[in-house]
Amino acid sequence: MAKPPEPTIELVGIAKQFGAVQALRGVDLNLYPGEVHALVGENGAGKSTLVKILAGIHRPDSGTVKVGGEVVELRSPTQAQALGIAVVQQEPMMFPDLDVAENVFMGRHPRDRFGRVDWKRMYREVDHLLVSLDVSLSSHTPVQGLSVAEQQLVEIAKALSLQARVLVLDEPTAALSSHEVEELFAIVNQLRERGVAVLFVSHRLEEVFTIADRLTVFRDGTHIITAPVSEMNTEEIIKHMVGRELSNLYPKSEAEVGEVVLEVRQLTRPGAFADVSFQLRRGEILGFSGLVGAGRTEVARVLFGIDRAESGEIWLKGTKVHIRSPQQAMDYGIAYVPEDRHQQGLVMNFSIASNVTLAILQKVSRLGLLDPRREQKIASEYSSQLNVRSAGVEQLVSALSGGNQQKVVLGKWLATNPSVLILDEPTRGIDVGAKAEVHRIISDLAARGLAIILISSELPEVLAMADRVIVLHEGRVTGTFTRSEATQERVMFAATGQER
Amino acid sequence: MTTTSQDQERTKQHGQVSQARLLGLVNRVRELGLLIVLLLIILIVGIQAPRFLSIDNFEQILLSVAILAIAAVGETLVVLTRNVDLSVGSMVGVTAFVTAYFFKQLPGSNLLLGILLGCALGLVLGMVNGLIVSFGRVPAIVATLGTLYVYRGLIFIFSSNTTSQVNASDVPISYLALATTQIFGIPALILIAAVIAIIVGYFLHASQSGRQLYAVGSNPDAANMIGIPRDWLVFGAFAASGLLCGLAGVLWGARFATVDATAATGLELQVIAAVVVGGVNIFGGSGTILGVMLGAIVLGTLQNALNILNISQFWLLALYGAAIIGAVVLDAFITRWVQRTILSRRKKA
Amino acid sequence: MKRLTSFLTSWEALLVALLLIGVMIGSVLSPYFLSAFNFNALTSNIMEIAIMALPMTLIIIAGEIDLSVASVLGLSSVVLGLLWERGNPMWLAIGVALLVGLVAGCLNGLLITKLALPSLVITIGSLALYRGLAYVVLGDQAVSNFPTAFTNLGFGSIPGTEIPWSGLIFAILAVIFGVVLHFSWAGRQLYAMGNNKEAARFSGINVGRVKLVLFMLSGVIAALAGVIFTARFSSARPDNAVGFELTVVTVVLLGGVNIFGGRGSLLGVVLAIFIVGVLQNVLGLLNISGDIQSLVIGLLLIFSVLGPNLARRIQVVFTRRRLAVGSSKQV
Repeated sequence: MAKPPEPTIELVGIAKQFGAVQALRGVDLNLYPGEVHALVGENGAGKSTLVKILAGIHRPDSGTVKVGGEVVELRSPTQAQALGIAVVQQEPMMFPDLDVAENVFMGRHPRDRFGRVDWKRMYREVDHLLVSLDVSLSSHTPVQGLSVAEQQLVEIAKALSLQARVLVLDEPTAALSSHEVEELFAIVNQLRERGVAVLFVSHRLEEVFTIADRLTVFRDGTHIITAPVSEMNTEEIIKHMVGRELSNLYPKSEAEVGEVVLEVRQLTRPGAFADVSFQLRRGEILGFSGLVGAGRTEVARVLFGIDRAESGEIWLKGTKVHIRSPQQAMDYGIAYVPEDRHQQGLVMNFSIASNVTLAILQKVSRLGLLDPRREQKIASEYSSQLNVRSAGVEQLVSALSGGNQQKVVLGKWLATNPSVLILDEPTRGIDVGAKAEVHRIISDLAARGLAIILISSELPEVLAMADRVIVLHEGRVTGTFTRSEATQERVMFAATGQER
Repeated sequence: MTTTSQDQERTKQHGQVSQARLLGLVNRVRELGLLIVLLLIILIVGIQAPRFLSIDNFEQILLSVAILAIAAVGETLVVLTRNVDLSVGSMVGVTAFVTAYFFKQLPGSNLLLGILLGCALGLVLGMVNGLIVSFGRVPAIVATLGTLYVYRGLIFIFSSNTTSQVNASDVPISYLALATTQIFGIPALILIAAVIAIIVGYFLHASQSGRQLYAVGSNPDAANMIGIPRDWLVFGAFAASGLLCGLAGVLWGARFATVDATAATGLELQVIAAVVVGGVNIFGGSGTILGVMLGAIVLGTLQNALNILNISQFWLLALYGAAIIGAVVLDAFITRWVQRTILSRRKKA
Repeated sequence: MKRLTSFLTSWEALLVALLLIGVMIGSVLSPYFLSAFNFNALTSNIMEIAIMALPMTLIIIAGEIDLSVASVLGLSSVVLGLLWERGNPMWLAIGVALLVGLVAGCLNGLLITKLALPSLVITIGSLALYRGLAYVVLGDQAVSNFPTAFTNLGFGSIPGTEIPWSGLIFAILAVIFGVVLHFSWAGRQLYAMGNNKEAARFSGINVGRVKLVLFMLSGVIAALAGVIFTARFSSARPDNAVGFELTVVTVVLLGGVNIFGGRGSLLGVVLAIFIVGVLQNVLGLLNISGDIQSLVIGLLLIFSVLGPNLARRIQVVFTRRRLAVGSSKQV
C-alpha cells in the first residue's frame, strides 16, 4: 500500500540536553497518517524525552519539528494540542472529582449561545465518542473509580474530540491485563483506519510485532534504525537496543532446595484472592505469574502484613503464625520488595545509607540513639555487595538510576536478614544491563539459602529464573508448574483462566 | 461487530449510566443529609419550644448567618482550588472598621461610595493574599495565617491613629438601614446573601472558569498541563474571597453598628465550619454553594436553638467544633461506603 | 542526610543573625533591654509557646499539624482552676489537668490515625470543641486564688538566678526533644513519615501508632503549658491563651520546618522562639501593643517562606541556562 508522501509529523535532528546529560543527540523520526509506529529502546534511550517534546512539555535545543508539512515550535502543551498532537501518558492525568465528560472537555467545554456551559451537548458528544470506540463507559461516570485502562480510554476519547492527527501512547500496556490490551489494540486499529498517526512507545516487543507497522530504535539518545516491522526479528531489535550481544540475560545458578520455610493454606481475601495454597522451600525461587490484577501483589501484601486475610493459614517453619503488621512480618523473617520503588520502596529525599537502614533502625542504634558509623558500615557493605554505582552512601537516592535505586531497595531488605524474600516486579523500569545484574543477585541469594517469591509479569523472566511457577488468574491458583513443565504456552493458558 | 455484541455494549453502557446516576445521587447525599439534619433539629427543638417554629424566628436565623454566608461563599471558591483562606475574619474586620469610619468622617457622602470603598478594600486585601500564594508560591495556610495577623494589626494601627470605636450614633442612618431594610418583606441582608449565593453558584456550574476551578483543586498538575491558567484562577479565587469579605464587612458595620478593631475576630472558624459542614472537600475539587448555604443555616439554627432552649451560649463553640469534626467523620464513612459497595459492584459488571 | 543538614545549617545561620540583630536593636533602643530582669520577663513570656512548639515541631515534620494546642491549654487551665476551687489538693488538680491534655490529644490522634482524617480540619474542629468545653466548664468566671508556691512556678525563678522555672522546664524538654528528633531512631522514623508515608509503612514503621503518640504528647505538653500559664497569671480562665496556636505554628515554620513535612530542625525552632521572644519584648519595651506585635510576627512568617522563594526566582532569572530540575529526572 503506497503511503501518502506527506508525513503528519517530521522530526529532524532533534537534540535535547539536561545539564550534563545529553538525552537526545539529533534524532529523526517520521510519522505518517494511518500508521502505527513503534518507538523502542532501553531506559535512558531518550524515548520519554521525545514524547515530552512532542507533548510540548520540553523544547528541543536544536532541530526542526514539522507538523503537516509546516515548521512549528512546540512551546506548550496547549499549543501541541492545538496542532493536533495528543499524548496519553503512562499514568493518565485525570481529574478524579469530575466525571468522564468533563475530563474529556476540561478547558474547552461546549457552550451555548449565551456562553454558558452546554452540559447536555457535552454528555451527548462524549457518549457518542465512547460508543464509536466501542467503550462501555458512560459520560456521567465519575473518573474516581476508573481503572488505569479505562482512564487511558478516556484520554483517547479526549484525543479524538480534539481531532487529533497524532496520538502518542507512552508505555500504554504496562498496567493492563491482556484482555484490556486487546481492547486497546482494537481501538488503535480504528484510529489507524481514521488516518491518525500513532506513536507507540513500548518495552514489550511481542506487542510491537502485533500492532506496529514500522519501528524505530533509539539507543543512548541516538536514532539507530527505522524499518518496517515485517523486516525485523526480536534478536535483531534487542541487538540494536542494547548494542551488544546479550549472552546471559538470565544467569541462574543451581541452588540446593531445602526444607519448607513457608506454607500457605487456603488463604482468602475477598475481592482480592481466594483459596491460595502453596509451599516455599529454602533456596527455592517460586515464580508468581499471572496477568495484572490477578491478585499476586495482594497475596504478597497479606504475607507482609499490610493487608489481612479473612481466612486461611500461614505457617512459617512449621509454626502457624498471624501476621498483623509489616513489623510482625519482619520479625518472622519476611521481607517485601514492593512494586513501586518511588512510592513504596524508597524515601527519595534520604541518602542511600538512610534508606538501607530504614528497616533496621533499632539494629543500628545503641540505647536508642543512631550510630552513624554502623549505618555507614552496613550501607557500604550492601552497596558494594550489590554493586550500587553512586557517589558514596551519603548520596541522595533520587540522583541514582532506576537500576541502582532498585539495588538500594534490595540492600535495605537484605539487611533485615530475612528467610523469605518477596520480590514484586523487581526489574520493572530497569535497563537490560541492570536487569541481568539483579537476576544474578537473586540467583545468588537463592544459592545462599534464601526462600524467594518472584512476582513478575515478564514471562521470560519467570521461566528463566523460577524453580517452580504458580499462576494466578482473578485471585485463584490456576496452575502449578515445575521448571521443566513450565512453558510460555502453558503459563499463559493458566494466566488467562483456562485450566488444564 | 455483530448486532448482538453492539446490543451488549449498549446494555453495558446503560448499566454504566444508571450506576453513574447512582453515584451522582450519592454526591447529592450531603445536601440531602443537611436538609434532614435541619429538619430534625427543627422537629426536636420545635416540640420543646413552639416559638422556634415561627417565621419570625426563622428570619432571625437567616439574618444571623447572612453575613457569614457571604464570607463563606468566598471561602468556598478558595477551598475548591485546594487552598484555604484563614484571613477572612481579619478582612471582614478591616473593611467593617474602615467603612464605618468613612461614614463617620464623611456623613454626607453617597452610600454607594462607601459600599464600593469597603468592597474595593476587601478586593485589594484578597489580591495580596492571591499574590503571595499564586506568585510567591507560599502555601496558603502559611500565607493567610500571616495575613490574618498582618491585616488585624493594620486595623489596630488605623484605629489608634483615628478612633478606637465607631458607634451607631456616628454613622448616617442610611448606612445602618442597609441591615434593617426589607424588600418585599424580606430583610435586605438575607436577599443580598441569597443573590450572591445564586450568582456564584451559577458561575461555578455554568461557566468555563468555574469548572476550571474544580479542575485546579482536583488535580493541580493536570490542570496546568492542559493549559488552564491555574495561577490566575487561584489568584482570582483569593481576590474574590477578599471582595466578598469586603462586602460582608460593609454589612457587618451596618448590622453591628458599634465597630472597633476587634470586629469579626474569629470569624474564620465559623466560615470554615460552614464550608466543611456544607460538604466542600478540604482537598478541593468538589463541593457546592448550596451545600455551604445549608451548612451555614444548620449552624445558625443550632445557635438559635441553644438560645431558645435556654442552654448556655457557652455550648456554642463546642458545638461548632463537634459539627466540624462530625462532618469530616461522616464524609469519610460515606466515601468508604461508596467505594466499597458501588465501585466494587461496577468491577463485577 | 548530610546534604540536608548542610542546607538546614544555612537557615539556622540566618536565624542566628536575625536573633543577634534583634538583640542589638533591643539594647540600642532601651537601656533596660540587657538587664537580667528583662531577660526573665522575655523568657517567661514566651515559655508556654516555646514548650508547645516542641511537640508541634515533631508533628509538622511527621506531616501533620495540631491547631488545638492553645485550646487544650485553656481547657486544662480551667480544669485545674475548677478542681482547686472545689478544695482539691494542688497535686491532684495538676495531675487531672495533665490527664485532660492527654485525653484531648488522644482524641485528636485517634480521629486522625484510625479514621485517616486530615489533621488540619480535625484540629480546627477540636480547637473549637476544646475551647468550647473550657467555656462550658467555667463559663465567664475565673479562678484566681492560687497558693504562692504554685504561682512561683509560673513567674518565679530559680533561686539565685533570673532564669524562670518555666525556662528550666523548657530547656530540659528541648534537649530531650532535640536528641530524640535528631539522634534517635524514632526521629529518623518521623523524617521518613514526613517525606513518604507509604514507604515508611512499607519499612515496618507503625505510622499510625507514632502519630497517635505525637498527638497525645502534644496534648500533655499543652496541658503542662496550661499549668505554667495559670501559675504565671495566677488565673484560670476559659479564654487563656486564645490565639496562641498561631504563634506556635509561626515559630515552628520560622524555624525552618517545612509545612509539608519531612524537613526541619529543632535548633532552628529554638532560635525562632527566641527571635519572636526578643521581638515581643523589644516591641513591648517600645510600648507597642500586642496586636501590632502580631502584625510583625505575621510579616515574619510570610517572609520566612516568601524570601527564599523569591531569592530562588531571581537566581533563575540571572542564570538563564539553569537546569530544569524536574525534567532531568528520567526513570
